[in-house]
Amino acid sequence: MSAQPFRAPHGGRIDRRRPLGFTFDGAAFSGFHGDTLASALVANGVTLVGRSFKYHRRRGILSAGVEEPNALVQLGAGARTEPNMRATQVELTGGLAARSQNRWPSLRFDAGAVNNFFSPLLPAGFYNKTFKWPPAWWMGYEFFIRRMAGLGRAPSAADPDCYTRRFAHCDVLVVGGGAAGLAAARAAANGGAKVFLLEQDFCFGGALLASDAEINGAAAADWVDGEVDFLNGAPGVTLLARTAAFGVYDDNLICACQRLGGGEVFDAEKTKKPRQRLWWIRARRVVLCSGALERPLVFPGNDTPGVMLAAAAVTYARRFAALAGRNAVVFTNNDSAYDVIPALHEAGGAVAMVVDSREGGAGAAAAALAEQHGVTVRRGAVVTAVRGGRRVRGAVVDRAAATVDCDLLCVSGGWNPTVHLFSQAQGRLRYADGIAAFVPDGGADNFTAAGAVTGESGTAGCIAAGAHAGAAAAAAVCGVGVTVSDAATVTVTGDLCASMEPITALWTVDGGRGKAFVDFQNDVTAADIALAHREGYSKVEHLKRYTTLGMGTDQGRTSGVIGAAIMAGLCGRTIGAGGATTFRPPFTAVTLGAIAGAERGAEFMPLRRSPLHHWHVNNGAVMVNVDLWQRAQFYPRGGETMMQAVNREARHVREKAGLVDVSTLGKICIRGRDAGVFLERVYINKWTTLRAGRCRYGLMLREDGFVLDDGTTTRIAGGEYYMTTTTARAAEVLAHLEFYAQTVWPELQVHLDSVTDQWAAAALAGPRAREVLAAAVDRGAAVDNDALPFMGYAEAAVDGCPVRLFRITFSGERAYEVHTPADYAEAVWSRLLAAGAGFGIAPYGTEAMNVLRIEKGHVTGAELDGTTLAADLGFAAMQKADGDFIGRRSLERPGFQAPRMELVGLAADDDKPIARGAQLISEPGLPAQAVMAGHVTSACYSANLNKEIALALLRGGRGLHGGKMFAASPLSGASTPVTVTSPVFIDPPGERARG
Amino acid sequence: MLLIQCPHCGARAQTEFTYGGDATRERPAPESVTAEEWLDYVYLRDNPRGPHLEWWHHAAGCRRWLKLRRDTATHKFVP
Repeated sequence: MSAQPFRAPHGGRIDRRRPLGFTFDGAAFSGFHGDTLASALVANGVTLVGRSFKYHRRRGILSAGVEEPNALVQLGAGARTEPNMRATQVELTGGLAARSQNRWPSLRFDAGAVNNFFSPLLPAGFYNKTFKWPPAWWMGYEFFIRRMAGLGRAPSAADPDCYTRRFAHCDVLVVGGGAAGLAAARAAANGGAKVFLLEQDFCFGGALLASDAEINGAAAADWVDGEVDFLNGAPGVTLLARTAAFGVYDDNLICACQRLGGGEVFDAEKTKKPRQRLWWIRARRVVLCSGALERPLVFPGNDTPGVMLAAAAVTYARRFAALAGRNAVVFTNNDSAYDVIPALHEAGGAVAMVVDSREGGAGAAAAALAEQHGVTVRRGAVVTAVRGGRRVRGAVVDRAAATVDCDLLCVSGGWNPTVHLFSQAQGRLRYADGIAAFVPDGGADNFTAAGAVTGESGTAGCIAAGAHAGAAAAAAVCGVGVTVSDAATVTVTGDLCASMEPITALWTVDGGRGKAFVDFQNDVTAADIALAHREGYSKVEHLKRYTTLGMGTDQGRTSGVIGAAIMAGLCGRTIGAGGATTFRPPFTAVTLGAIAGAERGAEFMPLRRSPLHHWHVNNGAVMVNVDLWQRAQFYPRGGETMMQAVNREARHVREKAGLVDVSTLGKICIRGRDAGVFLERVYINKWTTLRAGRCRYGLMLREDGFVLDDGTTTRIAGGEYYMTTTTARAAEVLAHLEFYAQTVWPELQVHLDSVTDQWAAAALAGPRAREVLAAAVDRGAAVDNDALPFMGYAEAAVDGCPVRLFRITFSGERAYEVHTPADYAEAVWSRLLAAGAGFGIAPYGTEAMNVLRIEKGHVTGAELDGTTLAADLGFAAMQKADGDFIGRRSLERPGFQAPRMELVGLAADDDKPIARGAQLISEPGLPAQAVMAGHVTSACYSANLNKEIALALLRGGRGLHGGKMFAASPLSGASTPVTVTSPVFIDPPGERARG
Repeated sequence: MLLIQCPHCGARAQTEFTYGGDATRERPAPESVTAEEWLDYVYLRDNPRGPHLEWWHHAAGCRRWLKLRRDTATHKFVP
């Protein structure tokens, strides 16, 4: 570890008793607890920290905060590596490993820097203009452009850490914990409000941490500590440091990302704690105290390492006791930068000269400061060149022959209020000439701004404004009068910048040689903006996209206003008329891990399990995901393949008896005086004639006439009905029924309750099913054909568990659906299997269930695809002769009278499978062009028929039975000769089900 | 994310709701309607800029279909 040669011997909010070792590009350094990575690098005299994006120019630390465009580093290694982290915001931790980016082979010697010499060939829009023609080369261009693009490297392995999320509500949310924010939070808390205060830094205080002003006679930092202590003890106040508010959404939903770990090296494997927390905070009022960010100046060589924002140099000196340089030149157009003079002096450095672009020079306080320290001030002068490569060696003022020696060039072009979140909240912005920047101008609901974000620069003014805004927000929410306590009125001494004025906007320095950068991160120069203007891209949004100005990870925080101003000058319009580019979330980057939270991998979506799930798993079922459900697909025995198991199960049901879990069916309990009338209007068939104890198959349409869903509904007793829907459409059908019950026919007394999860269901099917059921039910309840005929319903008990018995069939066999309250599922299921052992019962899965229904021509979602009419599927006769039902009127459409796609069966002429989704054409092979007469909706091998069969929708299909077609699938490359048949392959009269 | 005032449940997050579209149309009696009027009801919807009466289904709440007026330009619910 080195000795931190640029660390002042005392001072700063760092803990010198807690040294921390870290590495940068492999070299070992040390810093202290309380440092950022950037301040530790400054203390160690490291000025070269990165290479620029396009020209690979050497870059140093420009700022001390969120606006940093240059000092982007790659942290950590392996799956935990993070690219593009701003060194100015990275909290220093012991063992931190940081690497510079966008350089090869090393930061000092970077081969990509050759771009800098070819830069005359790489103007703005270069890629846009060059990599256009010929189209056939596009793929090749992409390969090379992608290699050049990007700064850091994304991790290639899955993120091993975990993330968490919190939802919160509050009365007043304060964004920013500086002077105004602390005062706003205190005032809102005093007003009785529930308050959240968010600060992205790991310390509260904002600019006060680098101020030598005194508030009420105490150091500014001590005032901050006092306010934080007060707020920590105040009821109803939540203080969150390390928490960046990045997005404002409708109705004051503020999203913020909190870094957890409290400054320790984060190791989730060791701590088992989440790494970051995403906050969703719904605030009744927001007070935005996000402060302001200093602007650099645009002059040739302004990107040389050692050119730094003046306030950043002050922050490094005062907050971190780190000297950004020992001998500085200050180049400014406003008074705030004069603060560098005392700040460097206290830390052991000196200011050689102030170059002040204003003819009139500084205000009284700033001028006095320069005089007191014997610093030369050059009024009405500008820096026209910078000497130095890896670090500034000197500055040239007004093209003089002599160079002013320095190792630090502090710049200040004024301050931009951090209006991003205000703009996201749909607030208007206004260009304020007095401070040459955009400020909030109302228009945001329940969202106010206070302090430096409004253009205020004095500490006393910021505290007073924050307190008033906080009190007003609390008063509006809590319904009391605005009361601002005495704490809002503070006495501030030594505040250099009680007002930003006078400031004289200085957007560019004319006449120098060399590149003058506006956007450091994306290498956009003043000349590029002039080029964009010449080529007609003069709107700010066009300028941004043509030059990439403001499109880097810093989102133009230092460059946006300057770019807009330079363009306004070129166009001869005012800056206000040109406006600023739109600010969109996120204000700062958010990790995808934080956004995903726990919803990843198996937890990405909820998983629904049947109450019989564990039985299936314990009995060797292969499970399959069907929408959100996990279902038993088949139950292989011994070394059976899937095909063998499915064939066996399907044959077993037709020959003996089988049991399948159908708990996933949607189930709706329909009750009320008018339940029957309601069903009559919902289904296409007749329902008012259904007696208690009977089931009926029903088909429901959408209002446009197409089939929505099918299922059976049973009249349990009187006005109580029990509807089943398909598994896939359960939620949609319930919402559909609720819409009609509540809004179209509110006069009907009918209540709908989803009971899908309350009832487990098993279908018992096969020629021996009745014998199995008779053996299973308690006390020999009658289940013979008279007591429980086809489409009949009865209640009984199985092993003491209540069951509902429905004589309905999906397989076409004699079958019973046995429904029981979910808690009894396994008891009833096991009893049915035990009772059926003597009859050869076996469980079957969804795959065999599908084979059985295809053999019977029963439709599912594959056929009910939203384009089929009841008549297309052969249900024309079901439709009642009179009375309204949903979709009836649409069936009269002339278009529905034309020949349509009709449901048919297909039998393969050879033993090749028929591909699902295949097109039905009249010629063999895979012709490039053919008349597509229909398509295959479902297909399977039928072990019961020993052939490949399918269901299909075929134009005019019912008239084509016996015809020959080809099922062609370009996807699988198959073309299968098929014979068109009836869709019912087994037992067309339906005697098996009825007997 | 909108905060929606459900008259039954109070202010709830938009994620609890399903949007149901234009609520200005009333289902005509099918027997006394022309083909054009029926087509209009089934298929044609206005998409105005400004206040718009809409269906919102409180699917993860009380499961009521609510008729709410929302300004499509500002996303604010209006009386």
